[in-house]
This record gives sequence, structure tokens and C-alpha cells, in this order.
Amino acid sequence: MYESIHHSLTTEAAGIRAGVTSGTAARLDPTTSRRDVQMPARWEGRRTSRVGWTVMSKGSIFHRLEPLLYQVQKPIQYVGGELGAVTKDWDSTTVRWCLMYPDAYEVGLPNQGIQILYEILNEQPDVLAERTYAVWPDLEALMRQHGVPQFTVDAHRPVGDFDILGVSFATEMGYTNLLTALDLAGIPLDAIERDETHPIVIAGGHAAFNPEPIADFIDAAVLGDGEEAVLEITDIVREWKAEGRPGGREELLLRLARTEAIYVPRFYRVDYLPDGRIQRVVPTRPDVPFRVHKRTTMDLDSWPYPKKPLVPLAETVHERYAVEIFRGCTRGCRFCQAGMITRPVRERSITTIGEMVDNGLRESGFSEVGLLSLSSADHSEIADICSGLADRYDGENVSLSLPSTRVDAFNVTLAEELSRNGRRSGLTFAPEGGSERIRRVINKMVTEEDLIRTVVTAYTRGWRQVKLYFMCGLPTETDEDVVQIARLAHEVIKAGRAATGSKDIRCTVSIGGFVPKPHTPFQWAAQTDPQTIDRRLKLLKQAINADRSLGRAIGFRYHDGEPSLIEGLLSRGDRRVGRVIRRVWAEGGRFDGWSEHFSFQRWVDACEAELTPLGVSLEWYTMRERDQHEVLPWDHLDSGLDREWLWEDWQNALAEVEQDDCRWTPCFDCGVCPSMGTEIQVGPTGAKLLPLISVRSGA
Amino acid sequence: MTPRPDREPAAPVVQRIRIRYAKRGRLRFLSHRDFARALERAVRRAQIPIAYSSGFSPHPRISYVGAAPTGVASEAEYAELALQARMEPEELRTALDHVLPPGLDVIEAVEAQTASLADRIQVSHWRVELSGVEPERLRQAVDAFLAASEVPVERLTKQGRRSLDARAPVVRATVVGKSDIMSDMTGAAASDVAPSGESDTTCAILELVVRHVTPSVRPDEVLAGLRVVADLEPPVPPRVARIAQGALTEQGAIIDPLQADRDGALTGTPSA
Repeated sequence: MYESIHHSLTTEAAGIRAGVTSGTAARLDPTTSRRDVQMPARWEGRRTSRVGWTVMSKGSIFHRLEPLLYQVQKPIQYVGGELGAVTKDWDSTTVRWCLMYPDAYEVGLPNQGIQILYEILNEQPDVLAERTYAVWPDLEALMRQHGVPQFTVDAHRPVGDFDILGVSFATEMGYTNLLTALDLAGIPLDAIERDETHPIVIAGGHAAFNPEPIADFIDAAVLGDGEEAVLEITDIVREWKAEGRPGGREELLLRLARTEAIYVPRFYRVDYLPDGRIQRVVPTRPDVPFRVHKRTTMDLDSWPYPKKPLVPLAETVHERYAVEIFRGCTRGCRFCQAGMITRPVRERSITTIGEMVDNGLRESGFSEVGLLSLSSADHSEIADICSGLADRYDGENVSLSLPSTRVDAFNVTLAEELSRNGRRSGLTFAPEGGSERIRRVINKMVTEEDLIRTVVTAYTRGWRQVKLYFMCGLPTETDEDVVQIARLAHEVIKAGRAATGSKDIRCTVSIGGFVPKPHTPFQWAAQTDPQTIDRRLKLLKQAINADRSLGRAIGFRYHDGEPSLIEGLLSRGDRRVGRVIRRVWAEGGRFDGWSEHFSFQRWVDACEAELTPLGVSLEWYTMRERDQHEVLPWDHLDSGLDREWLWEDWQNALAEVEQDDCRWTPCFDCGVCPSMGTEIQVGPTGAKLLPLISVRSGA
Repeated sequence: MTPRPDREPAAPVVQRIRIRYAKRGRLRFLSHRDFARALERAVRRAQIPIAYSSGFSPHPRISYVGAAPTGVASEAEYAELALQARMEPEELRTALDHVLPPGLDVIEAVEAQTASLADRIQVSHWRVELSGVEPERLRQAVDAFLAASEVPVERLTKQGRRSLDARAPVVRATVVGKSDIMSDMTGAAASDVAPSGESDTTCAILELVVRHVTPSVRPDEVLAGLRVVADLEPPVPPRVARIAQGALTEQGAIIDPLQADRDGALTGTPSA
């Protein structure tokens, strides 16, 4: 259906040929260019030719895309050409992956998961990996009008030509964008209608821990860490192709399913009870497992990616070199899906972190480093990491940031250490709940004294503003719990003014709506309706401004409760929710994570049309508390957490009983380590970061 | 006032280097902001001893002279880099060019010997490729345009629609056949005007020399003018490249804006 490869002679390439005759153009001539003679390491290191446009790319649709780019916003996002990008010859590879982040380029490009898998796959000599992102509606309309298919940004190849389309879902709000991409790629939306010519569509990312709402649209889902999983999938596809594709698509999917670590929805049947609940989820054939297990990559020091970070030409949401300093979290915040599904804690060593930062900055030219994890200050050697990096980059205009911090004064010290060299980053603390009671319910063990001491420390050390993050709509929450946030903010300002003797200090209270997530103790909880949330936020706002002097120093940010309700539907939905997603998409739903594109009414109407005939509803999925024995749509997907432990933790939440962190206290049997054959990997290693010996000119 | 940590004053500027760079091929879609970010990162990767502004949020000291619009390729963009340690201009050019992505190329670097570079940049030479337009048809439109004393066109700005005269700043507008162009063209320039898609498409090429004025008149405004005077409506978006910038001689030639610095270097005037 798409233009044949004969058209591959791109305009740029044609121009370069024309230039061979001219003296000034000799530099660009592929055969004599200085770039070829003396290529910088970054281009040389690739097993492949240079990026993009000086190389013929088989199947490139760029010449058809280009005229459309003059008519859209920010065309550079569709052009590719990032530093670190790879293009390979199509025919010299055997397994071809297209990796997708189902949001706009500016959000998707910095995504660590995609960058890591892209690099690992492209390191394999016979594997090709390219990337695609959601196109904005302006380009989508033009692509439909001109018959231009969904394309990769690396070599502008049609997505439909690849063997595998791997889609990383950090959030469920990208589901409609998946459908747009499939449709533009010419891939049937229904997985069962695809044949051997279509890519295998595989979902990953945190949302893949309950892929049931998109079960109709995907061929498979991978739970957990992707580093090793993508290589194993590659092996299976390579072997199947080498054997001449025996048994077609069905056989390939079966081979994937038999690994017990890849979920293939079509091999599982869901039966429902008359009241709409799930009766059971069972395999439809004897040779696929009853339960599918998550992946865990142990020893992060063996996987020090990204080594060659993608450096975009277009502006993106994060312009920094990011290094994950550990994976997993054992703090046990009961609302936090990431903390639950990424266990156990696995630290990257201080030495590897130092090497990655050094290499990452040299490769990228970024001036900012993010030390990422779910709770970065918990790294066993965080103090040495921060002071070591600050020493190394002294005077080099490199800014270092620790995005995820806990509420204690130690964090302020770390932040101060990191800001020695560059810009001072903002400080955000997340008590999450306004009252001590609700913080016990969610297991966020922060006392009011902790918070005030921490914030006052920040003010006295020169920060004039801090951000405080809370949630609204938590289980057992009352109006009073939310109004307590105002009191807390008032106390913070009072203490800050007293300690600094200045009125020039502020705090911003930022509120997010709570969404119950699968594989957490709150997976059984009822979600709070948007009206209640909006009412509580109104009360909170009044309470903040009740004291005008204090209220003036407090900023208040919140989102209304409606998008959270839809996120709740997509998070805990089952296969029947797929119909809703399809209808919303057909009626124009795109970019649901963007408030300017999100339409609550469209989702409500689609739920009404699709769910009512089935005897269920939006409210049924979101605002209904589940009992202990209800079969949950994701029960056949094993995150390692013991279901009984989760239930017990849920009961503890209701009883306002806290749970310790197993990093410092004995194991409390959440189930992950024994069932997954894993263990906590933490330091300290005792190593220190020494000054870099490389000579930096002019520094 | 809450005390802020003390910062060391920024290292002084000891040398300024002016560069001419090209934006080619797909990278024509870079906006100026995008380019500035890419250049700053390249400066870091190449370990150029760039000077930083002082203050709480130091920025590399790079200044630009009127950037080509997004979607327009260029063979002649200019920037000036302030350094805190001396460097041979050619060494800087090579190092920078090395680490910039293909499509961004540093063509020339000279040490600044003279005052403002911007003062020597008064006109642009643009080349506009109109795919699907007969050269004869374009010639008629251009003749009508040149014959007019004034061609008011409208531009959508943040303030709303504003009208400006597209005719006055146009110094020269000529139509050339495709074959004329291909034979005498530099490779890079050819890459930006080579016909897209099928090679046998009709294609007319317009060479424009336009004065830099405020509000600016660029190829888009001239094309709008051709629409006004002759209903010329290209079937596909035209591809535009800036070929040169500089001052205009009385004979109509464009003077290379780096010439004066180059001459200064030859006479051996040392800078700081």
C-alpha cells in the first residue's frame, strides 16, 4: 500500500551527489568528507553508517513527509537526527524493532526506558531498532490526507514494515495514541485480524502490569524490566524467522507465551459472573502458563545504559543526562504502584554512577544531570555520590539534581551540595497526606515536626520557595484530612518567617488526585468521585486563604478530579474497557494526558454507550470497593507481590497501622524476593569518586 | 534578602571568534532556539573554552545575527563566540564541526577584528524552489511584481494581521531554469534546491536579493506578493535556502561580512 523502495533516493542525498563536482562541497561528499576520514568516536562507535540523510535509507518516506512539515507546528520533532541516533541498513539485519513512546516527541524522547532498549537492541549486530512517537493532530490530518504512514524518526521507515512494535506505557493515558499509531501504520486495531505481514505489537512499561483494557489491540505484554526481555524476544523472533516462520503468527506468539514471562492475551479467556465481576481468567490451551511473571534485571552495574544518550535537536521536557541510581523502592507507600512493582531495591554502585555521569556528559554536551530513582536520598552512598559529583564538576556550569527526595533535613544538605556548581534547583517535598492519620493510612511516615524542620532548614539555607505535594481522594479520607493541608502550610510559613526573620519566603501546595492502581494494597479501594474531590479542594483553598497574611505566601495548584477518574478506569479496567477506548478514539480522542486535548464528556459518553449494555459502568469500575475474594483483572499477572500480603497491608491501612521499610528492618514477606528469586542489592561499597583525570581545555 | 551563596566572577573574554555555518537538508526544520541549544551542547562536547555570562544562571556567551526562519535552509548564518582562552579559529571550526550533527556545518571561522558584525549584514540572497510551477509562469509573475511600486501583503503576527510592503526591500528578483542552477551550484546549496520526489517535475527557481528591513520581508512575503499581483499559487510548499548575507555594493554584489575580519587578520592587528 505504501510507496515502493524505488523512491528511496532522498532529496538530500541527491543534492550531495550534485555537489561532488564542486570544490566547496567536497566536505559533504560521502567519499571524501573529513567526517569519513576522521569520524568522531560517537559516529565511529556505531556498527552502522552515519545517521540519516547522507545514507540511502531503504523504504524512507521522508520525501513524502517533507512537504507536510512546512504546514505543522514544530516540524523538527519529526525529523530525527538526534545525537546518539542510529540507522542501519535494513537488509543486513534480521530482527527489526520499532520502539514507540505513545506521547508527543517532546515527552517521549527523554524517556529512559526507550533510550535504554534502543541502545541495547542496536548493539546487536543483526538487530535494528528505530523509534516512533505520537504525531500531533495537525500532522495526523495531513498524513491521512496524503496517505503518509506512521513513520520512525530515525530513517523514516513505515512502522508497519517492522517485525516488532514495542510500546512503552508509563501511563494509561497513552492508550488512544496507540490506536492512532496502529491505524496510521496500516496495522489492524484488532490483534486477531493481523497476519504475518504485520508487526507483533508488544506493550511494556508500568501500565503493562494490567494490560487488559488494551488486550484486544496488543499481541503481547511484558511485565517488568526490559533489558533482558527484549533480547530474549529478539532470539525467539530470529529463530522463528530463520526456520521459515513455521505456524505463522500464532506459533510465534505461542513461543513467546511459553516463556512464562510474556503475556499473550489471546491465549487467555475471561469469564464473567452475572453481576459483572470476573469469574475466572484461564488459558485457552494447555501449553501456556496460568500465570505470567514479571522480569527483574539484577546487577544494574552490568547494564550501565544509556551510554550514548539521545540528544534531541527539538526542545523536550527534560534536557539532561539522567542516570538511574537505583531501581525499586521498599518504602512501602501504599498508593505507589511504581514502588510495589519494581521491587526489590537494586542499587547501582557509586563507581558506576560516576562513570556513567562522566561519559554521559562528554557524549551529550548536556549541562544538567538528574540522579533518578523512586527515592534518591535512600541510596546507601548518596552523600558521597553528591559531594563527589559536586567536586568533580566544580566550576564547570554543570547542574546536578535529585528529583525525588524525601522529607528530611539531610535532603536539603544534599540539594545544597549539588547546587554548588550550577543553578539551584527547586525543592519539592511530598508529605502526600495532610493529617498524621491519613499519612498512617498510606504508610507515608512523615511527622509534622519532620516536615517543618526540613522546610525551615531549606529556608535558612537560602531557598525562598519550596513545593509541597499532596494527594486528595485517598482511602478513608475525610474533609478534615484535606483541610489539615492548609494548617500544615500555615505552620510551614510561620516557622520559616520566624527562622529567617524574612517575609520573603513562599511555599506552593500542589495537589494530585489519587488513583487506585493494580498490584498495590489500594487495588481493592474505591476511588473518590470527582465532585467530592473538587469540593474538598475548594474547602482547602478557603482554609489556606482564611489567614490572609499566611495565605499570600502560599501558592495553590491542583487539577480537577475528572481526568483522574478516567485514569482510574483504564488502570483497573478489564477487557470490556477496550470497547470504550476504541469508541473514544474513533470519536477523536487523542493525547488524553494533555488537558487541552482531554474530553471527560467523550469518555463518559463512550462508557455509557459501551458499558451499560454489559451491565457495568464507569462508576462500577472506579468507585466500587472490591472484596477480598473478587477476581481482579490482573490476578493472572504476577508482580511477585503476595496477594495475601497485599490484602493484609490493605487491612493495616484501614486500621491505620504502618509498615516498616525492609531496606533497614527485617523482611516482612511481601513475597517478591522468594517468588522471583531476587534479593535486595544495596551498598555501601565504600568507594569514593575521585577527581576526573582527563584534561578539560579552558575549564 | 535571604543570603545567596557567593559565586566567583566569570572569567574574562580574551578572544571573539565569528563563524559562518550552514543549516542543511532536514535540519532546515530547526528553529533558531533549537539551533542555539544544539550549538551550546556542541561547544561543550568540543570542550571549547567558551566564556560564560556572570550571574546566578551563567550562560555561554554566543551571539547570533538574524537567523533564517524555521523550514528554510541556509548556507550563510553567522554567530560570534566569546572565549575565555585563546584558540586558533580554524581549530575551533574543526572541533565544532566535528561534533555537530550532519546537516549543521561550520564553514568558516575568523577572529573578530572589527566592530559589530550585524552592521555588515544588510541583505540576504535567497533561493526559492517552486516545484510544479512553470518557469515562464513564474517569470510573468515576477515581472508584474517588479513593475509594481508597492505590493501590500498581510502577515499574521501575535498582534493580529498587519500589512506591509513586500516590494520595496526587494533589490533583485530573477528566474532561472533548473539546469542553469544545477551546473553552477555548490553541493550543499544544490541539496537544498534539488527537486523533491520525481526528477521530471516542472520546477522554477527564483533568486531573490532582499534588504533586511523592519518589519522583515523574507521569501514568504515575496511569495505572498506574487499571489497578490499574479495569482501565483505554488501547488506544493516551496523550498527556500539562504545562499548569502552581507552588505550590498553599488554594483549589486554582496560583500562577505567576514571579509573585514579576515583583512584585519592579514594585517596582523592583534586582539585582546
